Amino acid sequence: MVGFKFCEKLAAHPLRDQFEVLVFGEESRPAYDRVHLSEYFSLDSADKLLLAPRDWYAGNNITLRTGEMVTSIEVDTKRVFTHKHDYFEYDYLVLATGSSPFVPTIKGVDKPGVFIYRTIEDLDAIKDYAQKLKHEGKFKAAVLGGGLLGLEAANAAKELGMQTDVIEFAPRLMPRQLDKAASDMLQHKIESLGIKVHLGKNSQEIVGAEGIEGIDFTDDTALQTDMLIISAGIRPRDELAVKCGLQTGERGGIYVNNKMETSGPSIYAIGEVALYNNGIYGLVAPGYEMAGVAVDQITGTDKLMSPSIDMSTQLKLVGTEVASFGAPFIENDDITAIIYENKQRGVYKRINVSKDGSLLHGGIMVGDSSDYNTLFQLYINAMKLPENPEDLILGSRGGESKSPLGSVLDLPETAQICSCEAVSKGTICNAITSGACTSFSDVVKQTKASSCCGGCKPMVVDLVNATLKSLGQEVKDTICEHFNYSRQEMYDLVKLHNILDFDEALDRHGRGHGCETCKPILASIFASIYMETANRQAPIQDSNDRFLANIQRNGTYSVVPRVPGGEITPQKLMVLGEVAKKYDLYTKITGGQRIDLFGAQLHELPMIWKELIDAGFESGHAYGKSLRTVKSCVGSTWCRFGMHDSVSFAIRIEERYKGLRSPHKLKGGVSGCIRECAEARGKDFGVIAVEGGWNLYVCGNGGANPKHAILLAEQLDDDTCIRYLDRFLIYYIRTAAPLQRTAPWLDKLEGGIDYLKKVVVEDSLGIGEELEAEMEELVQRYACEWKEAIEDPQMLKRFKPFVNSDEPDDHLEFVPMREQKMPRPW
Amino acid sequence: MEELLKSYQTVTPQHAINWVKVGHTDDFPENAGACVKYNSKQIAVYYFTRTNSWYACQNLCPHKMEMVLSRGMIGDSQGIPKVACPLHKKTFSLEDGHNLNGEEYSIATYPVRIQEGNVYIGFVD
Repeated sequence: MVGFKFCEKLAAHPLRDQFEVLVFGEESRPAYDRVHLSEYFSLDSADKLLLAPRDWYAGNNITLRTGEMVTSIEVDTKRVFTHKHDYFEYDYLVLATGSSPFVPTIKGVDKPGVFIYRTIEDLDAIKDYAQKLKHEGKFKAAVLGGGLLGLEAANAAKELGMQTDVIEFAPRLMPRQLDKAASDMLQHKIESLGIKVHLGKNSQEIVGAEGIEGIDFTDDTALQTDMLIISAGIRPRDELAVKCGLQTGERGGIYVNNKMETSGPSIYAIGEVALYNNGIYGLVAPGYEMAGVAVDQITGTDKLMSPSIDMSTQLKLVGTEVASFGAPFIENDDITAIIYENKQRGVYKRINVSKDGSLLHGGIMVGDSSDYNTLFQLYINAMKLPENPEDLILGSRGGESKSPLGSVLDLPETAQICSCEAVSKGTICNAITSGACTSFSDVVKQTKASSCCGGCKPMVVDLVNATLKSLGQEVKDTICEHFNYSRQEMYDLVKLHNILDFDEALDRHGRGHGCETCKPILASIFASIYMETANRQAPIQDSNDRFLANIQRNGTYSVVPRVPGGEITPQKLMVLGEVAKKYDLYTKITGGQRIDLFGAQLHELPMIWKELIDAGFESGHAYGKSLRTVKSCVGSTWCRFGMHDSVSFAIRIEERYKGLRSPHKLKGGVSGCIRECAEARGKDFGVIAVEGGWNLYVCGNGGANPKHAILLAEQLDDDTCIRYLDRFLIYYIRTAAPLQRTAPWLDKLEGGIDYLKKVVVEDSLGIGEELEAEMEELVQRYACEWKEAIEDPQMLKRFKPFVNSDEPDDHLEFVPMREQKMPRPW
Repeated sequence: MEELLKSYQTVTPQHAINWVKVGHTDDFPENAGACVKYNSKQIAVYYFTRTNSWYACQNLCPHKMEMVLSRGMIGDSQGIPKVACPLHKKTFSLEDGHNLNGEEYSIATYPVRIQEGNVYIGFVD
């Protein structure tokens, strides 16, 4: 990565043409992103990790020789030799050979099933072995090393479906970044996600008849495991330097001065292989700074490496935010630590502050690192702290909440905002004031800020917006190139001018011909305002809404009829079974207490729905950004613990809001007691029975970022609960951004849940009745769009696979699976 | 699969030798796509009413090799007419078939002619 950064900086240098650049890499691929290596498992190709494709090198006149290892350097004649027995002459040589994983000398470390974690090939080997184990019914993996990389590796193993253990020699996790209390908090979080942590363990022997079967520790304990990933630190790849007599450190690394010069003439070393100030720095930011220094030195300017290297870091490990900056552990006569620990929320924050309270020296955050950027700026710029430094991690209590930094524009011009790419506040602001950039994405392109780890993105966005604002330019999230308005503005315009269709909206307020972004947004707005179904303006509907079904892998569709509250008669259940059998549909129960029938071909959809509608079913709107289901537990009618009749109330709510279209999908739940079997707090709205009525929770969701819904009002009767839901839903539909679910909407809502309570419960804006009336009208106008579709021959035309033929699509292929079928895999 | 993909090659109006009638203009939806069949080929046809223009391309999305493009949404990007695949929203120019997300694969396009209310697509086979 650092070698690539050198190439990138040299390629952009004015004196570029004076240099001929030749790059050697022993791996078969060009340089790739090791910071995000663990994402490889979720990407469909290794190419997505490349820092630049091969043609970038060619386009910049850089010769790239991958899969070719340099075997020796002749310092006197300025030549390098490769394993292909070629030699090449140089004027300047830059060693960016990086590091390799440190493999401790433990007996049995060479057994099959023991891996390291460094390259894409390592990950492929790990993945293959894990697959093999799973076929044999073995599921146990262990990671040796509880540092940053070890935890990444553990997460990767867990993602592969392995039960994963982490073994660490030190008495705490991430010993270089975290103190004991922070480590405890992280351990608790990680273990709650199913990764077990063993601290203070010294491995003695890796045992197993052939492949690894377990690890014995020196304290006579043992751990059974089917595979082991070693991530116990790094060792600089300095073997070439040693061989040609460059000065190296006792524990590895090539000595460099602050010009990145090694002891050899015209030889530089940068990145993890360079031993600078007696240290090896395994982070991107110092590596990139070294690359910049080397480029400047070689091109004739005299830029020097900073005397002290900042090792601050912020990242997400196993789904947990972790940050450490400055001197994380320092505590002495002049510096005291302020610590906040919340075991309920799993948050630990520590800041080390000078005794007089004026300066920040470092700190640690686990579970919530949202303050990192602010704290880091205060630390790195040695800015004066607010009167009560504890406010920095507690938030100011009472009164208006204000950032301790004041405005981001108050930062010094030299403040480094993006550490990876060394971009200062001045550079970012100038990019805008000079007129070169007008948006966040422009700034990223021009300055490279936040293009690496992305940790500084919120601050760059704030800076861009504040600078634009200072120039008198309004900043907003516009829908797309066709509408220069936000969703909320378009919603208001459509309503105010009573705009009835997409072309009219485009003629009056847009330009061009629309696209796959603005069309569904306008469709959703029309639906939310006029309750029109997806049939009236079929071409502007998202593809799924146009065909009233969810497209699946092979282009067939799934069919999900509405089953309000999850209650279904045996008679209707049999109808579903018969239809599924007749059309040979793969059948599965959904997470929302419904039944999903997969594999329907386009032309079969109307026939299937005709049969379902005749049996009394309606569209389940599973394809739309609309109300999906209101899940319920069985409630007081049957359950011996139930307090209220959750099923009846869930059915009433689902019947009321069915067909309601919204910025994103909406899910609800009703539980009959606090045991919460309906998982109502994992929904956009959840109702839970308590003594004296229902508690109403809002803005939760499952998915990638699970959020528990938050209490909006307590002990409500049925009708009041419905009224509050009406107000809440319409308010959300009116004001949310496109594809913004309720939880992120609430996060962005100024004033948060307290403000929402004021609007919905206290009616502070005086719009309560208006919101209820709007919902009531939508409810009155509901119609099943599948019923509409099958009754209108004109609408049925869209389900014909070919305009000029009545044949079905012969491209479809299915393969058998567990007595049912599935699409032929990609 | 490679074979299948190769069977779709862009045809320019000048090179088309066989103009095949695929239906009446009324058979096609406005501002959306529909699919037609020509021998073993599946061709997506789109009608943009705002510019009164017709486009045709392969129905096969080269990303995952599924016959779905006729069911994608259409629109324009900086004035270039385009289709977005319904599976993963990969977008393609309907003028020359190139991918508008900066990815490598592209699609074959075919010329369309309207005569006396009928829709014709030009092929070389």
